Amino acid sequence: MKTLYEIDITTKRASKAMGFSWGIAEEIGKNIRLLEMFGLPGVKNLNQYFKLYKNKQFQNISLITKTNTSKIPYCPIIAGVNFLDQITIMEELSEINFENVAFPILLIPFLSRASEIIGKKILLQINEKEFLLNFNQSIYSNYSNKEIWEKGETINIKFLDNKNSFNEKEWQELYKSSEDTFVEESDSLKETGAGAGLTDND
Amino acid sequence: MKINLRDPNIVMKLSKLGSFHQSKLSFLRSFLREFKDWKYSRDLFNLDENGYGTAVYSFKKNKRTYSLVCFANKITDEERSDRVIATKWDASFALYDGIPTKKDLERLSDNVPKQEAGRLSYKELSLARANKSVRIFDHVVKNLSDGKQPDKELLSKVGYLYRTTAVYGSGKFGLADRFRIKNREEICGPFRLEMMLVYLARQFTFDQVNHIAKCKNLNKAVELDNEICGNLGIGNSTGLGLAPFIVNHPTLLNNWILARETALKKIREIKFVKKTKADVFKSCLNKSIKNVTSWNTDSEFQQKKIKELISDLNKFIILLEKEFSFEREYPFNDLYLWSEKNLGDESIEYIVSMMMEPFDEIADLLATQMSSEEEKYFSIPTSRNIFDLREILEKQYSDLIKIDFSKKESNQYFWFISKNKREPRLADRYLNNCSDLEEPLAIARDINKLYARVLIQNNNLTIGKFLIENNDLRHVVRRAFITEKFPYAEIQDNTIGSKLMPIDMLRLKLSFFGANKFDPRSDKWLRINMFQGAPLPNDLKSFDDHWIYNSLS
Repeated sequence: MKTLYEIDITTKRASKAMGFSWGIAEEIGKNIRLLEMFGLPGVKNLNQYFKLYKNKQFQNISLITKTNTSKIPYCPIIAGVNFLDQITIMEELSEINFENVAFPILLIPFLSRASEIIGKKILLQINEKEFLLNFNQSIYSNYSNKEIWEKGETINIKFLDNKNSFNEKEWQELYKSSEDTFVEESDSLKETGAGAGLTDND
Repeated sequence: MKINLRDPNIVMKLSKLGSFHQSKLSFLRSFLREFKDWKYSRDLFNLDENGYGTAVYSFKKNKRTYSLVCFANKITDEERSDRVIATKWDASFALYDGIPTKKDLERLSDNVPKQEAGRLSYKELSLARANKSVRIFDHVVKNLSDGKQPDKELLSKVGYLYRTTAVYGSGKFGLADRFRIKNREEICGPFRLEMMLVYLARQFTFDQVNHIAKCKNLNKAVELDNEICGNLGIGNSTGLGLAPFIVNHPTLLNNWILARETALKKIREIKFVKKTKADVFKSCLNKSIKNVTSWNTDSEFQQKKIKELISDLNKFIILLEKEFSFEREYPFNDLYLWSEKNLGDESIEYIVSMMMEPFDEIADLLATQMSSEEEKYFSIPTSRNIFDLREILEKQYSDLIKIDFSKKESNQYFWFISKNKREPRLADRYLNNCSDLEEPLAIARDINKLYARVLIQNNNLTIGKFLIENNDLRHVVRRAFITEKFPYAEIQDNTIGSKLMPIDMLRLKLSFFGANKFDPRSDKWLRINMFQGAPLPNDLKSFDDHWIYNSLS
């Protein structure tokens, strides 16, 4: 089994060899490491993308807007780098759409890291598959294919508000159960159990 | 009295970093302090009469075991090379996480002797190889088998039976990634497992000579005297491989230097120093002199430094004995200021190391703060603006942005990775035509370029927008924001200039390992000694932490 260190370093060097700057190559190294750690096929997709990269044309996007469409497939790396770099501005848009992104798996780690930066979960939909990106700690998805995914026809990105997944009634029920671990204080315990005095008017 | 940390612009110059010495914070010393209570054992020793075979040594505590698996191999004199081009070695080692099974040993025997060409697994934590110092090894075996102890003077000239030529860890060649083990309390200091490997390998070298001598002459042979063993370390031959490490791990470098600087600051801030502490300082200093006077090297560069060191230390000792009293306020601050005024860098840094010796309460805590969670600082804060970046560059890189990179000599060298050996190399840019494959280690030059571009930007422009057109300098934008938080993260010198001495970069790292007797063999590689004077594993429980000054040679 290849180690994450080997994946990071080799990916970084391969990316530089493809013509990306060292700084972007560093991002790609960290990203493919993340994908593999989360169990997503990073190396496989990057390798295939690089096979096509020099001979096929890909669209580089600079400023990301609410809706981004291109006849030429977007480069997932440049789109990802700019998404990450512009995340604090884009957060205000609450929802972003892309059409026609090459190898969309490669976009995921940029979004995952963005989720950590803004402190919000991100719901990503690529075609019919969903990915819930949880502050770069985990990825929850209905995608289980480990194969190469060449094209994301439609991509929808939603910044989720920090909301509970339960209602107040459910919380109160659980809280009430937790109270069974507390001790009902007698009068003498009230006087002696706490560190501070009963009056603090000094 | 509040003393400031020393200025990174002074401390982080290569000539200063290349004058660092081992100290209480060094990794091999903190490793011994951490593992002194662990149970040491030799679990397997299956060598033939010539000393070839397999051995296993371990440290155990509670439910944790670390096992060193050693393979001693037969090689010819022609095959023995310390250079990275070698493919065979006298001995090879792997540190195994747990107790290896027979199946593990078979797997390791197929892979460990091949080193880079073999494959390790997540159960192995470190990998290394070593070659005999043939002259010394044969001399020791011959004498022991004749019933005599070897010539101490000859041993003192070399200082070891074996020297390692590479020690690998953290994810290389299949070894466990650091994330798998980083939360273990006992390995909170950097390179602790690599130190363990070298330390146990040292014991193997003693056991091997004793075994061969006994096989040669069962009735007459004697064992190598423990006192002599204690004065032998493990040598190490180190090339440029170490140099990029300190550039590629800025937060780690910061934490090493910051620990040292914080120790110095705290010691200088002590108002009254107890006599017992002052005595430890003086005693360590006096004992350490023989480590300097027995420091042999053919390197004129190092000989000059040693000569100056001896002369400076003599001046310092005279001051201590005749003019200086510790019965004053802030005595270590006065000593430090006197040293800065009167001594060279080699001696100032030597005395800084010595000042830590009496202060376990300062050094022990700092030694646990020398690792780094590098991933945490990887993302660039792209919502910041050009004004912030310009301020950082002007404050943290004030000398680097003044270097004139239009001059040929400022760009003399470039760093690259050899395709043949996957190792870093340094070449003259004007004599070689492959500098388009340069590694991103010319930080001063790239910071210079970044500063020039930042100067013509609007102050309010966000870094995110600046990067759209300037991603070729993304690697140094990242570094600048790291250096804002970690002021000792950056070497404040030109790493591609004509005056570069690469061994300064090696020495910096090796001093933190705890190596001594730096012996430059050129400006690009050197030999050192590790664990010379260290207690043997069976004596660890009651060892003296100042062992490094107790060696006889």
